[in-house]
Amino acid sequence: MLYEIRRFFLARDVLEVETPLLGHCIGTDPQLAFFSTDYCSPPLQQTLFLQTSPEFAMKRLLAAGSGSIYQICKAFRNGESGRFHNPEFTLLEWYRVDFTLSQLMDEIDDLITVLFAGRMPLQATQRVSYQDVFYQYTGLNPLVFSYQEYCAYALAHEIPEAVSICGDDHPLWLDFIFSHKVQPFLGENALCMVYGYPACQSSLARINEYNSQITDRVEIFINGIELGNGFYELCDAIEQNRRFDDEIAIRQQRNLPVSIKDKHLIAALEAGLPECSGIAIGLDRLLMVLSKRDLIDDVLSFAIHRA
Amino acid sequence: MAVYSTNEFKAGLKVMLDNDPCAIIENEFVKPGKGQAFNRVKIRNLKTGRVIERTFKSGESLEGADVVDVAMQYLYNDGQFRHFMVPDTFEQYQTDEKVVGDAGKWLKDQDSCTVTLWNDSPLAVTPANFVELAIVETDPGVRGDTSGGGGKPATLETGAVVRVPLFVQQGEVIKVDTRTGEYISRVKE
Repeated sequence: MLYEIRRFFLARDVLEVETPLLGHCIGTDPQLAFFSTDYCSPPLQQTLFLQTSPEFAMKRLLAAGSGSIYQICKAFRNGESGRFHNPEFTLLEWYRVDFTLSQLMDEIDDLITVLFAGRMPLQATQRVSYQDVFYQYTGLNPLVFSYQEYCAYALAHEIPEAVSICGDDHPLWLDFIFSHKVQPFLGENALCMVYGYPACQSSLARINEYNSQITDRVEIFINGIELGNGFYELCDAIEQNRRFDDEIAIRQQRNLPVSIKDKHLIAALEAGLPECSGIAIGLDRLLMVLSKRDLIDDVLSFAIHRA
Repeated sequence: MAVYSTNEFKAGLKVMLDNDPCAIIENEFVKPGKGQAFNRVKIRNLKTGRVIERTFKSGESLEGADVVDVAMQYLYNDGQFRHFMVPDTFEQYQTDEKVVGDAGKWLKDQDSCTVTLWNDSPLAVTPANFVELAIVETDPGVRGDTSGGGGKPATLETGAVVRVPLFVQQGEVIKVDTRTGEYISRVKE
């Protein structure tokens, strides 16, 4: 699989890069917990962080004029362990300069086709908008939050606990309903790409230029398993800085460990990140699908409890 | 009682949910890459035996339930209650038919079984996997019948009805698997 990925990008003139796993800064996303470690070089003593994704470092390379790049590396997310999660895992992350999200989706499709050819036949790729697919499985509109309608749905569909867990938190409702009632049905023996996520779930994606309710973000699924997440990347330093500050505020509210905003990234965005789209794909999960395994442990040499 | 967080939910853990004692069957970590982490938990209500699915926000916790399985000896049925005794301590417990449920049809006086106690009162009774019981009523078999072929119903001394091969006679003692209700073999006295 790794060989074919490298050959795929070599043929397309995408440069393989390597960026630090250990850094001074860390993502602010309140949903991602990080590992921190102590750097000792007396008299210097510093806290360094294991990266939750190579995204920021790779964007700095892009801003420095690297052109399209890809990386296969480890990423670390604290507390994530389960059938589909291991706190240390392998990511394939790539960025394409001057690609729109739909061009990137074409390339994702090509790569998946190459990797699955001769191993596991896939049906035709599906492309659906978040709004359509959410409505199709639930009858709800994900872009407009209606507390009554969401509650009525939860009560009628055997997830009454959603009401007390989610309250009036719209993104939380979407996470709950999508992961329980939509995602399991996505991409039966096929690649399914869901695009146009609601703006409240934008993360590092750009807001769609024609519809401010949605964001240029794509997620890919096969057999109900989330494999990757891509964006038409946010290039606006001011907007990025604002989102960092918002997320840091949320971290404070929830008493989460303090994260340090990556000033280098803001500086890189200020200097000018080229228009680009990028995606990260979990290679362990991709291997699970390819080898028809139910547990991430089955495709790792040693999962965390044995590492 | 101890409190357990979603990370500690393992199969077999006994917790309190909606004021009922429950056993965790399965716990799956569900987390969208960019979203909230949940735990989708399959859980059995130990009072009703019903299995439900319930989602928790990761990090939420439940109180542990004081539920223990104790090996006991079944003593007798006084018509209203069934009586059990812990062989080591001679401590006795009584339960009604609702708690005993289906296990009742396999319980013979003096047999051993497992009684599940919640806050020291019986919650459920599980018979031994294999019990040996005498047949009190069955049609007479025909000479020459072997173990092949259909079989016939036989009523046992505890009231249970099981299918037995045609050659098995009234008055004989047979071994039965209580989990499936199936005949295993005859027992030589």
